[in-house]
Amino acid sequence: MNTITTKIMTKVIFSGLLLILITTGCERSVDGLEEAELSNNPNVFVDGFSGGLEYAVFQGAVLNAFQVDTDVTSDGIGSSMRFAVPDVNDPRGSYAGGTFFTTSPRDLSEYNALTFYAKATESVPLGVVGFGNDLDQNKFTAEVTDFRANTNWKKYIIPIPDPSKLTSEKGMFFYSFGPIDGKGYTVWIDEVKFENLGTIGQPRFEILNGEDQTTNTFSGVTTSLSGLNSIYNLGDGTDQSVNSAAAYFEFASSNTSTAEVDEQGNVLVGAQGSAVITASVREVDADGSLTVESRGTFVSAPTPTRDAANVISIFSDAYNNVEVDYYNGFFNGDGQTTQGGTGPGGADLIVNGNGVINYTQLNFVGIGTFMNVPSIDATEMTHLHVDINVNEAIQPGDFIRLILLNSVGDGETSGSFTINSNILLQNTWLGLDIPLSSFNGLNDRSEIGLTFFVSDNTVSDIFVDNIYFFKN
Amino acid sequence: MGNQEIMKSMRSQTKLKRLAILVLPLFLIFGCTSTDDGTDWQLVWSDEFDGAEGATLDQSKWNFEIGRGQNGWGNNELQYYTDRSENVSLDRDGNLIITAREENFEGANYTSARITTQDKLEITYGRIEARIKTPFGQGLWPAFWLLGTSNSGEIWPQIGEIDVMELRGQQPTKIASTAHGPGYSAGNGISGDYTLSNSRFDTEFHVFAAEWFTDKIDFYVDGFLHHTVTKEQIENAGNEWVYNDPFFLILNVAVGGNYVGSPNQTTRFPQTLIIDYVRVYSE
Repeated sequence: MNTITTKIMTKVIFSGLLLILITTGCERSVDGLEEAELSNNPNVFVDGFSGGLEYAVFQGAVLNAFQVDTDVTSDGIGSSMRFAVPDVNDPRGSYAGGTFFTTSPRDLSEYNALTFYAKATESVPLGVVGFGNDLDQNKFTAEVTDFRANTNWKKYIIPIPDPSKLTSEKGMFFYSFGPIDGKGYTVWIDEVKFENLGTIGQPRFEILNGEDQTTNTFSGVTTSLSGLNSIYNLGDGTDQSVNSAAAYFEFASSNTSTAEVDEQGNVLVGAQGSAVITASVREVDADGSLTVESRGTFVSAPTPTRDAANVISIFSDAYNNVEVDYYNGFFNGDGQTTQGGTGPGGADLIVNGNGVINYTQLNFVGIGTFMNVPSIDATEMTHLHVDINVNEAIQPGDFIRLILLNSVGDGETSGSFTINSNILLQNTWLGLDIPLSSFNGLNDRSEIGLTFFVSDNTVSDIFVDNIYFFKN
Repeated sequence: MGNQEIMKSMRSQTKLKRLAILVLPLFLIFGCTSTDDGTDWQLVWSDEFDGAEGATLDQSKWNFEIGRGQNGWGNNELQYYTDRSENVSLDRDGNLIITAREENFEGANYTSARITTQDKLEITYGRIEARIKTPFGQGLWPAFWLLGTSNSGEIWPQIGEIDVMELRGQQPTKIASTAHGPGYSAGNGISGDYTLSNSRFDTEFHVFAAEWFTDKIDFYVDGFLHHTVTKEQIENAGNEWVYNDPFFLILNVAVGGNYVGSPNQTTRFPQTLIIDYVRVYSE
């Protein structure tokens, strides 16, 4: 999360700080050889700023959305934090968001939750709230996205995924509240503090949101583990899930020659074989795993060599691609089953820097260039190039049909070209330069808005690379 | 390992030790032999469960109850009680472990255990105490309780029932203590809840006790008197005080049933009821 470090408020409550220093001083060992201990001040905003607390606004958020409010407080004492969420299209910013942090780190390891009271001008989801955003590495962020607030003050509890990690933490509290149905609202938050609650228990942890997933992949591919959650049971018997940074987890691979995993949960695929990536937090095994099936070295499609001046590229690392709406339109209402085309820039697989689309469960899928981006004017182009690699045995009757659709939804015309089973290749790249004149029925190609791959379930798993129009 | 233990940093452990020096004497005062009216309790029976790991229960003190009972022990409970070590055993740390498991067994989807002192320890009046950590999750129903014997041919609820502690697994900070008798049984039992404000029953041990006198039963959690049932109160309601005859002890973990509802996808098995000791005192 990017921030601009607009320091709008710094307050130090000297009396409070002094008291804490004296207290921690008493705990020092007699030999005096220990390092100076950090403050363990649990208070973040309790009727006012705690000692050393500062505030920064997130990028794109309204600068003065946060104000100290002395009129509305949870306990009638001091002040609360007031957050004015803007309406949509507010020129000052699209949301209210920022982080409260300290310049000197605190030792929070003796607490197990961040708690606060909140209310709002109406019943609203409480966006994102959490801690661990220190404007630096944000190593130990933990956030909750399913709180709701209403017009009554209520206490909220964010369990700390693993308190033993928070021995030197600056990120005390952060928030991000956006308009709901286009409308702004106001949130008050008070009594923000770390606590050690005896009512929190039964921790469990998740990677990949607790699912056991498998990836068929190749040497050199990198992927990262997402869906990292800590779930604690609260005193009322309900579970609270906290999105938790990777640094709270210990990751392990069952076979490091096939897959290595680093501290951030990034998986680097190695030699052919199988490996299972798992995780734990303080020796509690996390639910969920990633089975990596490495097929070994990935053979990339040949790098295109045509002059970029004669190319309009939809998907290739050899050229600057045109803007696209999507590499998978997910026309599920029309019966589409195809997955894939959803990674960065459409690439499901990035091998040594080269992105490749992997369509699976293919029946049909469209690449869109018509909704929010300019359509492609291929009038001057003569051919469509595409590299296809079929990941399964090819049966007689298998085919992949390419369809180009011009002027989507406004007098549209289309043309198709079918690649038959005797042309398709298994586990080998097939490079095709298809004359656009072969797309029967495509009489106008000045506004190409959809490029379809259709197999009608005959071929289900393909790699695709280097989709571009060119001029001979 | 208890969550509290997980949570503590080294430094706060140091603090805890210092605190313990203060707390321990208080604990002794409240936990073992005191009562609010100064009764001098003498230990007459106990099981400290100090056998080796995997050792079986001392059957000179306890019986196993086996099976599904009638109508799920009268409550539509879902478990099959066994005497297998998978469901009831001692650990090496001096605890009795009753384990509820999700498994197909004799037509049931869950197994667990229920042990009693029937015909081995039968008491009238006294202090009945156990130190217990409960299981957790929707549909788990642990209990530490007493039933009157049927020696004179009577049947429940005429025999009486004293529930020192029962808990719904989905409410990990709340227990109930209840007296059942004729005219005040099942949902009409004379019940008191106790809710922890800064602890849980499933992550830390707590001491549950009933002090049973000729004219009242006092229920304690961690030395705190939270519920009293008096003979006067029962008789004023036109009912009978049925607590002048011998009762025996029961420890069990039920799965499902009318009191808790069935387990759901959030319930994690196996679940354990951990009993550090059971002690019985008389005046």
